[in-house]
Amino acid sequence: MNRLVWIALIILGLLAPYVVYPVFMMKLLCFALFALAFNLLLGYTGLLSFGHAAFFGSASYITGHLVRNSGLTPELGVLGGTLFAGLLGYVVGSLAIRRQGIYFAMVTLALAQIVYFIALKAPFTGGEDGLQGIPRGFLFGLIDLNRVYVVSGRPLGLNLYYFVFAMFCLGFWIIHRTIHSPFGQVLKGIRENEPRAISLGYRVDRFKLMAFVISAAMAGLAGATKSLVFQLSSLTDVSWHTSGEVVLMTLLGGVGTVLGPLVGAFTVVTLQSKLSSVGSWITVIIGGIFVVCVLVFRRGFVGELARLLKRSL
Amino acid sequence: MAEYVLETRKLSKEFKGFSAVKDLNLQVERGHIHALIGPNGAGKTTVFNLLTKFLTPTTGTILFKGIDVTREKPADIALRGVIRSFQISAVFPNLTPLENVRLALQRATGTSYHFWRSDRCLDKLAGRAMELLDSVGLAEFSGEITGELAYGRKRALEIATTLALEPELMLLDEPTQGMGAEDVYKITTLVKQASVNRSILMIEHNLKVVATLADRITVLQRGAILAEGPYAEVSQDPRVLEAYMGVHP
Ligand SMILES: Nc1ncnc2c1ncn2[C@@H]1O[C@H](COP(=O)(O)OP(=O)(O)O)[C@@H](O)[C@H]1O
Ligand SMILES: [Mg+2]
Repeated sequence: MNRLVWIALIILGLLAPYVVYPVFMMKLLCFALFALAFNLLLGYTGLLSFGHAAFFGSASYITGHLVRNSGLTPELGVLGGTLFAGLLGYVVGSLAIRRQGIYFAMVTLALAQIVYFIALKAPFTGGEDGLQGIPRGFLFGLIDLNRVYVVSGRPLGLNLYYFVFAMFCLGFWIIHRTIHSPFGQVLKGIRENEPRAISLGYRVDRFKLMAFVISAAMAGLAGATKSLVFQLSSLTDVSWHTSGEVVLMTLLGGVGTVLGPLVGAFTVVTLQSKLSSVGSWITVIIGGIFVVCVLVFRRGFVGELARLLKRSL
Repeated sequence: MAEYVLETRKLSKEFKGFSAVKDLNLQVERGHIHALIGPNGAGKTTVFNLLTKFLTPTTGTILFKGIDVTREKPADIALRGVIRSFQISAVFPNLTPLENVRLALQRATGTSYHFWRSDRCLDKLAGRAMELLDSVGLAEFSGEITGELAYGRKRALEIATTLALEPELMLLDEPTQGMGAEDVYKITTLVKQASVNRSILMIEHNLKVVATLADRITVLQRGAILAEGPYAEVSQDPRVLEAYMGVHP
């Protein structure tokens, strides 16, 4: 994609907290990263995981635990959460990849339910309450992530915001690099024609597993960062609800497009915050919007736009 | 060195009690173009799936260069130098022809697991990829979307992609199926060129193609060998004339 578009997006991201409510922006960035990680699997490898909340949520718990109970600095907490999600991805991936299509999705869902159950019952996750009051701490032991700056009368937690933005950019870069690497080329081949990729001598299961681990780790990075933003790790993070939400975001925005997950996350997170007053109807409304979008924009917002412009976005 | 590049011994495959391949003893001589012919449903594609491990044989053994490869996985067989094509054209439709061939060339670079590198490191393969495309007459289409190419060109691309791996044994499943006379001629020439320094086992319905190319022919019927030998001999065999060509002598 055009270099100018990238620069514009980065500038937008840097200036956003002065214009938009920073907590909203940070939530958006976390879910956008989550959707990007999911899209690496669905859009670029052709694997549909129904259990991605397991990675998002478990990383959130691990990070919460590391910074709250073990007193680690936030960057180490996030690193720990991310690595754990990658490891869990290896286990789940190894079991799921032997299955094809819908069976693959079912295995990921089933394993994610086990993770949910552990989160509900294990002593160190706080059960129904989750982990509350996770401290944000000092980045590298130096920079206070709680520090608030007053800019034209508004108190802004800029340190935290830029930390979150940096994590997002890191995750985005890793995913983007993976897609546009020699490895990513093989993934494309597998998605396009798996038997042919096999007959060229690629051990496709290994490629899929590696893609799964990278995707899980990046979903973990998103969840880990989220736990510092909201100072909370809860059952919602590991629930099938969250797994479904990321599918929704990615499909709405456009599977297999670079910007689609961003647009999808933006749409869903915005709707959720605008419609929070209508209570449980929100699920129905978002569901309705989703149905309409799937019927009208089959490729998602960005996917349809890309088709109109005849270029990849 | 074994005299046969490929050999099967009593190879059988059953699908729920139905024998698609029965006690097949097939021998492909090194350097030969070996044709596998037979009526629809004779089990030819199944034999290919067995040879390339897309199916597991019920019984029997498969030897490649004298080595028992019966229990190996599809990718292992490919890494040994046995590359197949598919009956339905097997290309990567949303990639360009250049990227199709490059994906095959990429395997030898050993960078295929490198997710941290830019794919610009594959640019150095473009020259060789263009050479291969040129050899099948596709140089001018190198940047198009593969899925939009004419059928004959897709099949030619498939051969270029297969050749990119420099296979020792090439398995072609009906490479001229559904083609007009001109394309058939092109593919025949390509296969002839490709056969230099390698062995080819091809399934082919077009007997003119078989007559032109094949050093040896195996006729398959209901999963078993009906006749075998050079074209001149097999084409005169009364059983073959009756069973396969529908001619009653
Ligand atoms: N995966 C399968 N499951 C069940 N039956 C199969 C399968 N593959 C092939 N067959 C059957 O085996 C027989 C041989 O098929 P095939 O090898 O495709 O024939 P050919 O390529 O010679 O036309 C056919 O009767 C076909 O229906
Ligand atoms: Mg067939």
